[in-house]
Amino acid sequence: MIEVRDLKKVYHVGEVDVQALRGVNLNVARGEFVAVVGPSGSGKSTLFHILGGLTPPTSGSIAIDGHDLLKMTDSQRTNLRKTTVGFVFQKYNLLPTLTAEENIEIARHIAGKKAEIDAQFLEVLRMLGIEGRLHHKPRALSGGEQQRVAIARAIVNHPAILLADEPTGNLDSENSHAVLTVLRDLNDRLGQTILMITHDPEAAAYAHRIVHMKDGRIVD
Amino acid sequence: MRTLLSAIAIGVQVTMILTLVGVSYGMLGDIAARTRGTGADLMVRPPDSSVIGFSGSMPERLVPLVRETPHISIATGVLQQNVGTIDYIMGIHLHEFDQMSGGFQYESGGPFQAPSDLIVDEVFARSKHVKVGDMVNIGKNWRVCGIVVPGKLSRTFADIAGLQEMYSSTGQITTIFVKTDQPENIPAVMSELNTRLAGYKIYSMEEYVSLISVNNIPELRKFTEVVIGLGLVIGFLVVFLSMYTAVLERTREIGILKALGASPAYILDMLLRETVLLSIAGSIAGFLMSYGARAAMHAFVPTMTTEIVYGWWPYAALIALVASLIGAIYPGLKAARQDAIEALSYD
Repeated sequence: MIEVRDLKKVYHVGEVDVQALRGVNLNVARGEFVAVVGPSGSGKSTLFHILGGLTPPTSGSIAIDGHDLLKMTDSQRTNLRKTTVGFVFQKYNLLPTLTAEENIEIARHIAGKKAEIDAQFLEVLRMLGIEGRLHHKPRALSGGEQQRVAIARAIVNHPAILLADEPTGNLDSENSHAVLTVLRDLNDRLGQTILMITHDPEAAAYAHRIVHMKDGRIVD
Repeated sequence: MRTLLSAIAIGVQVTMILTLVGVSYGMLGDIAARTRGTGADLMVRPPDSSVIGFSGSMPERLVPLVRETPHISIATGVLQQNVGTIDYIMGIHLHEFDQMSGGFQYESGGPFQAPSDLIVDEVFARSKHVKVGDMVNIGKNWRVCGIVVPGKLSRTFADIAGLQEMYSSTGQITTIFVKTDQPENIPAVMSELNTRLAGYKIYSMEEYVSLISVNNIPELRKFTEVVIGLGLVIGFLVVFLSMYTAVLERTREIGILKALGASPAYILDMLLRETVLLSIAGSIAGFLMSYGARAAMHAFVPTMTTEIVYGWWPYAALIALVASLIGAIYPGLKAARQDAIEALSYD
């Protein structure tokens, strides 16, 4: 599903080159739930942004679901985000003026899908425990509910991979447990491939596999 | 709140255009109606005169020459004396003018008693808060001797002889109004007058009234164009600032949409749609405010007749839309080009 070979990313900050990734190698199989753990500055977020097509890599090779990201144009990376990757962010990143349902629908609209939400997805909404909260705006939802809406939005277009960046970073332990349980259920029941970035070992423990990052490299 | 204020600002732009057009149409319509109110069938104007303004002058001795023309029952000369930027007094031979127009209907007072007497219409009296016996200063001090029902040529009248003497225009007039014995003789009389008064402008009343339009008054047309230009600039600035602020406020939201796969074209399309809605809301507000503007004009400046010109609503809305879309282009492109990662980290 994900094949990363000798991935490097250099940021130019003024006249200084900052090596964020120094040769990352990573394989994630279809249906796997992988946690990437590491301290701040280890390159986790950069890896997340590159895998999500938000920024291009500097060198190396990276393929998601058969798509070679290194050769992609901006437009092709936009298309990748639309069809192949779903994001869950630490700060939920719901659109505040839209209801939960509209937040989910806008992802479908961007992807050009006009049909009604299918029965399978309605089942997912029940699994996420938000089917009764869909007409509320984000400000009327708890942090845990907002994050579950964000998860629903991320998978509504059936992406090949779900990228979650510190999904429990803003949640208390009860809501963290609920969100992580939902992620694991999505993986177990729907076979959703998930790559979760976290610095919390307890959160990482919900994944099938944990990889550690340090100084821009995978260390084990 | 920002959106509401922007819509109102666009509405002000639309109101400004509609009010100007309304005043133009209203004033010109009023002039046409009052010119018809003379009861004349034909007008003789000096060779160098323009349609509006009764500019140019000609010798009063032409009036007897006109009267000698077959099929003319009444001919009377008038002198329009400008006494300010827009104010003027119409010098008339009261008896002849009464004969031609059917006579003034006095609401109070009566005919001239002295050279400095002024007959005013009810609209003028209301706007200047004057009554019979009051002194009013229009170029000079005049005593209001009569207040009449509006609708006959002018809002202020003085005896022509006194007016000519006051303004050193003795023997000069600006227009000869002519009434024929039978309407069917108008073409023949026109033809004869064209022969007798070669070079002078001879209009039938219908022809003259049809010429009283914005398109035939270059100054008014240019003024309208200037106001439309100002409207465009105001609309552009309002929407530019509004959308620029909106894009800054929504930096993070734009980043979210980009993370969801929204293309630059999607973002631009979204903002332009919002601009179109803003423009439509502003135009509707402008249409409604133009009624308020007309009421205010009627209350505070009754001499400036204002109409609601529905035919101009689509043009005013189109001007607002074009200005808004131009104003939205730069903020829209800025939003479309925003870096998703930077936008997502924006607080």
